[in-house]
Amino acid sequence: MSNKLLKINKINVSAAIHGAVSNTIDSKTKTENERETGVKILHDLSLDINEGETHVLLGPNGAGKSTLGYTLIGSPEYVVTEGEIIFDGNDITHETADKRAKMGMFMSFQSPVDVPGITLNDFIKEAIRSRTGKSIPIFKYKRELAKTMEALSMDEKYAERDVNVGFSGGEKKKSEILQLLMLNPKFAILDETDSGLDVDAVRTVSAGIAEYQKRQNGALLIITHSTRILSSLKVDYTHIMINGHMAATGGPELVEEINQNGFKRFLNQN
Amino acid sequence: MNNKFNIDDIDRSLYDFKYDDKDFYRSKEGITPEIVQQLSEDKNDPEWMREFRLKSLDLYYKIPVPNWGPSIDGLDMNHIATYVRPNTNMKDDWESVPQDIKDTFDRLGIPQAEREALAGVGAQYDSELVYHNVKDEVLKQGVIYTDFESSLKGEYADMVKEYFMKLIPPTDHKFAALHGAVWSGGSFVYVPDNVKVSIPLQSYFRLNAKGAGQFEHTLIILGENADLHFIEGCSAPKYNVANLHAGAVELYVGKNSHLRYSTIENWSKNMYNLNTKRALLEEGASIEWVSGSFGSHVGNLYPTTILRGDNSKAEFTGITFAGQGQNLDTGTRMVHVGKSTSSIIDSKSISKSGGISTYRSSIEIRESAVGSKVSVNCASLMLDSDSRSDTIPAMDIRTPYCDVGHEATIGRISDKTIFYLMSRGIKESDARAMIVSGFASPVSKELPLEYAAEMNNLIKLEMDEG
Repeated sequence: MSNKLLKINKINVSAAIHGAVSNTIDSKTKTENERETGVKILHDLSLDINEGETHVLLGPNGAGKSTLGYTLIGSPEYVVTEGEIIFDGNDITHETADKRAKMGMFMSFQSPVDVPGITLNDFIKEAIRSRTGKSIPIFKYKRELAKTMEALSMDEKYAERDVNVGFSGGEKKKSEILQLLMLNPKFAILDETDSGLDVDAVRTVSAGIAEYQKRQNGALLIITHSTRILSSLKVDYTHIMINGHMAATGGPELVEEINQNGFKRFLNQN
Repeated sequence: MNNKFNIDDIDRSLYDFKYDDKDFYRSKEGITPEIVQQLSEDKNDPEWMREFRLKSLDLYYKIPVPNWGPSIDGLDMNHIATYVRPNTNMKDDWESVPQDIKDTFDRLGIPQAEREALAGVGAQYDSELVYHNVKDEVLKQGVIYTDFESSLKGEYADMVKEYFMKLIPPTDHKFAALHGAVWSGGSFVYVPDNVKVSIPLQSYFRLNAKGAGQFEHTLIILGENADLHFIEGCSAPKYNVANLHAGAVELYVGKNSHLRYSTIENWSKNMYNLNTKRALLEEGASIEWVSGSFGSHVGNLYPTTILRGDNSKAEFTGITFAGQGQNLDTGTRMVHVGKSTSSIIDSKSISKSGGISTYRSSIEIRESAVGSKVSVNCASLMLDSDSRSDTIPAMDIRTPYCDVGHEATIGRISDKTIFYLMSRGIKESDARAMIVSGFASPVSKELPLEYAAEMNNLIKLEMDEG
C-alpha cells in the first residue's frame, strides 16, 4: 500500500465572483457564508490519490474537470465553500498556489498565458529557486535542460524565447511538460495536455509523462476528454465526472469502455 | 480597503545619503541680475558668455511658464540657490578628491565603472565638476572630453562658441532661458572625423545641496564617420524642499556618424527635472537614445532629434517609472527634414501608488522628408487603480510620401499571469516583480552593462505582505 498523497474530502466548489489572485487570504477572515461566490460547480466531491498513482479524469465538456484541476492548484478563480483538501499531510484548502507548488504540486495548463520579457530558461530557473530556496548548480541545470528539451523534440532556441510568446499550441504543451520534468513535483495535474497536438507530438509528450512517472514515482491526475495520450501510459484509476459530480470510478478498463460507448451510460444516471 | 497588492516604492537607500556642505560657496537664493553677474565673474567667463547669460536672464523674465504638462507650482524660484560650489577644484585622480565627495561617487560605483568599462569620466557635485579624467588611448585618438568651463578657454573655444545653445536657444522655453543665464558645469566632447571610440564616456551628476539647482551643459560634437557612446547618470538625496534640474544637452552628429546617448535619471522625489536634450543629425548619421527615468517629483523630458540630413536615423528607447508622488511627463520629439529619414520609438511606462506617467511625443514630417519612415510603439503598465497613465502622441505630417505606424497599449498586470507564475512556486510579490521586469526588459536590455546592477535595484519591487 502506497502512502497517501492527496485527499479531497467532500468539497463544494464555486466560482469566485471577484477573481482576485489571493482570495484565499480573504477567505480566512470571512466565514464561509459571508464569502461571495458565484455558481456552484463541484458538488460533494471526494478523491484520494496515493504516491506514484496515475488517475484519469474523464467527462464531457463542461463537467467541471478543469475546475477540479484549478481548485487543486489554488486558482483564485474558484472558492472551496465546503470540505477540505489535504496534500502530503497538510490542509491546503485555502493555501495560495505558490505554497501548494512548493509542497510539490504542479499543473500543466491547457492554454498557458504569455509572459513577455521572461525567457523560458529564466522562468524555470526562478521556479526552481523559489521551490528549493537555494541557488541552482548551473552546469548541472544546463545539462538537464538541454537533455530534457531534446527528449521532448524541442528546439533549444525555445529556452531563450519569452515564455509562450509566439509558441504554437504544440510548443506550449511541450513547454509545460518541460517544466514538469524540470521541477520534479510529487503530484501533477495535466489539463488536456493532448489537445491540439499532432500524432508525433502526442507520442513525444506521452513519453515525457511516462518518464515523469518512472523517474520520480510521480503521481498524476490526467484530465482529458479524449484518450489518445493514455495509450502508452500506466493508468491506475479512471474517474468519470458528470455535471460536477463524480459519477463513477474504476480501473484502466473504464477508459476503454468510454472509448467504445462514450458517456451515455453515466449521463443517464443523473 | 484591501492592501494586499501594494508594491513598495523603489528602494532609494542607495542614493539617499547626504553630506554636510558648510564649507561650500552658495549663491543667494533666487534669480537676479546680481547673482548672474557674480556667477559670471566667479567663473571668469569670456565677455560673450557674460552677455549671453544676461540676455538669457532677460528672456527668462519675459517667457511664461509652459501652460501644459504637470504643475510646477511647488517650485518657488525665489528659494533656489542656482550655484553651489564644492570646496574643491577639479581633480584628475580620485585620491585628491575630498573624502566625503569621493565616498559619494564610490557608493554610486563611479570609480569602479571607470576602471572596468569606461574610456573617461566626468563627475559633477552640485554646480561644479570635481573629477575629470580620460584614458590616454582616447586622448591619442584626438578625442576631446573636458568639463564645460575649460572648453570655453581651450583649443576648441571657437567651436564651443559657435555651437553653444544653437540647438537649444534660450528663446526655446522659460527653463532653456534660465539655463542660458545660470548654467554651470557639464561636459564638452569632440570626436574628430573617422574616430571611433570603442568604450563609453560617462558623466555623472550628483546634486547634494538642499534647495539648489543644477544646470549643467553638455555639448557633444561628432565629426564625420565617427562613433561614440556617451552615458550620463544623475541622482540626489531627498530633501523636503524643492530642488531644480534644468540642464541642457546639445548633440551634433556629423555625416555618417553614430552616437548612442544613454541616461539613467534617478533624482530624488523633491526634484523638478525640467531638462532639455536635442540632437541634430547630418546626412547618414544616426542616434540611439536610451533613457531611464525613475526619479523626480515632476519630470518633463522629451529628447528631440532633428533629422536634417538625408538617410539619417533616430531610435528612442525609454522607460519611465512613476511611483507615489511622482508626475513624470516623458517622451520624445522627432523632426524629419531630410529625405528617407527614419525614426523608431519604443517607450514603456509603469505607474504605481498614485504615480502619474504620461507619454508625450511629437512626430513632425516636413514636406521635404519624402520617403521617411516612423514607427512608434508605446506601452504602459498600471500596477494599481490609484495610478494613472496617459498617452499623448501628436503627429504633424506634411508629405503623403511617408510611412508612419503608431501602436499604443495601456494595461494592468494580468491576474492570470500572476497565477501562472505562482502555480510554479513563485510567491506573489516575486511574480509581480518578474512581470514588471519582463515588461521593462526590452528597454533595460539596451542600458549600458555597468548599469545592470543599478537597474535591478531600481526595478526591485517589494510586496507588502499585510
